[in-house]
Amino acid sequence: MSNVGLDLALILSLVLSLAVLGTSRIGAAIRYFSLQAAAVALVPLLIDTRSGTLSVHAFVLFGATVVLKVFGVPWLLNRSVREAAVRTEVEPLIGFGTSLALGGGLVALSFALAQKLPLPQKPGSDLLIPVAFSLLMIGLMLIVSRTKAVTQVVGYLVMENGIFLFGLLLIEVMPYLIELGILLDLFVAVFVMGIVIFHINRAFDHIDSHQLDTLKD
Amino acid sequence: MRTALHVLLFLLLPPLLQGVINRVKAAFAGRRGPSVLQLYFDLWKLLRKGAVYSTTTTWAFRLGPAASLAALLLAALLLPLGGGLPAPVSFAGDVILFAYLLGAARFATVLAALDTGSSFEGMGASREVTFSALAEPALFLSIAALAIARGSLSWTAMLSGQMQVWHLFGPALAMLVGALFLVALAENSRIPFDDPNTHLELTMVHEVMILDHSGPDLAFILYGASLKLFLLGAIVMRLALPLEASIPAHVALFVAGMLVFAVVVGIVESTFARLRMNRVPQILIAAGVFAALAVAVILIRVGA
Repeated sequence: MSNVGLDLALILSLVLSLAVLGTSRIGAAIRYFSLQAAAVALVPLLIDTRSGTLSVHAFVLFGATVVLKVFGVPWLLNRSVREAAVRTEVEPLIGFGTSLALGGGLVALSFALAQKLPLPQKPGSDLLIPVAFSLLMIGLMLIVSRTKAVTQVVGYLVMENGIFLFGLLLIEVMPYLIELGILLDLFVAVFVMGIVIFHINRAFDHIDSHQLDTLKD
Repeated sequence: MRTALHVLLFLLLPPLLQGVINRVKAAFAGRRGPSVLQLYFDLWKLLRKGAVYSTTTTWAFRLGPAASLAALLLAALLLPLGGGLPAPVSFAGDVILFAYLLGAARFATVLAALDTGSSFEGMGASREVTFSALAEPALFLSIAALAIARGSLSWTAMLSGQMQVWHLFGPALAMLVGALFLVALAENSRIPFDDPNTHLELTMVHEVMILDHSGPDLAFILYGASLKLFLLGAIVMRLALPLEASIPAHVALFVAGMLVFAVVVGIVESTFARLRMNRVPQILIAAGVFAALAVAVILIRVGA
């Protein structure tokens, strides 16, 4: 018997990553990411209930993820969008329809890959690994196919959600310190990127990262 | 007996859906709106009139409405209405025939529109074909997902006894319902894809193709359009509300379900604006990606 709540949370996070891929607004992309982080944060709770009791570990992980990723990071991103006063359109290198279709292809690829992967122990759900893979790939695609620095940061965050799901594979053996360390690193990274975005904008009057590789003096 | 009941249902019910949708839209706009039976009156009026044919048209124009209605009626024979009402005709692979009968109906309408020689109608025809080409992958992927989940290629097996399937594949089926709902709206040229109320705008799809039809021909087309909405709506409804009962109760249940579907369509039409033309393909691709995701999820579950 499958765990319906867990399935729902995992598929919701997958659908939301596709929504990030398909939206043309930076604000909407940040909102979708925050919802996705909420769905991903629920996963440790739902996975643990399968094996019986809810551990303190899962609760701490849930709380830290909600505070940092559902509220903290989107707030920082929204702030840097506002401060840098960027135009709110995403401006992708490839069209939205094409990126959605490519995203669907990447998801299919991840589902196929996940079947082949030899695992040290059985995952909590047969959807966990495919969804984690899909989030990684879609995040990567967001990073390479968008020009604005803010949307690239969102891509990085979607990727991190995927890594978080991978980490849950080892939830029983991995110590908190590592996961909390990762979350803290993430927070600092987004904080720094917010400052960098602001400074790129100051220096060049835009945050289009593609023009950073043409050197001037 | 049961076959007669099945045929009676799909012959009589479709225009009612259209009436309910219009009533819901009127209620949202604060109007009273036309009678729920308005389309029946319109059809009766049109059937008693003669048809006017332009001298530039050929037999293709006259054939169009009749051929498309015939194809849709055949498709209706393949669709089970659930409970004690199996499809009158059912065999392995009837889902494919169903999809292509819808395609044939569209082809006849498009051909008739092109036959008028009007550039306006040609534009509508080209849009209809473009959008349906994008909606078709979503429809077929949804059919594939259902076929894999139920291990059958016949509507009768695919749309019966859904309860256990919802337990096994719940989220995947929810995505299928979403994808099929979008396909139903797009195939029937309804808001957000096209506004059925516009008659002389450059952005319309279905209405522009039927401008030159009149009399009984127009009646066939209007009735065919409502039948198509009924068929695709019945699939969505049977997936989303898989309730079963014995025969007299089931008919009431089915009609109630279809009315719920009509109300939902009415609410969507009242609360959404029509999409910009260039956004339409994106939404249809999204529906296709949803269906593909459902296929992937169901494949993993079936394999395990």
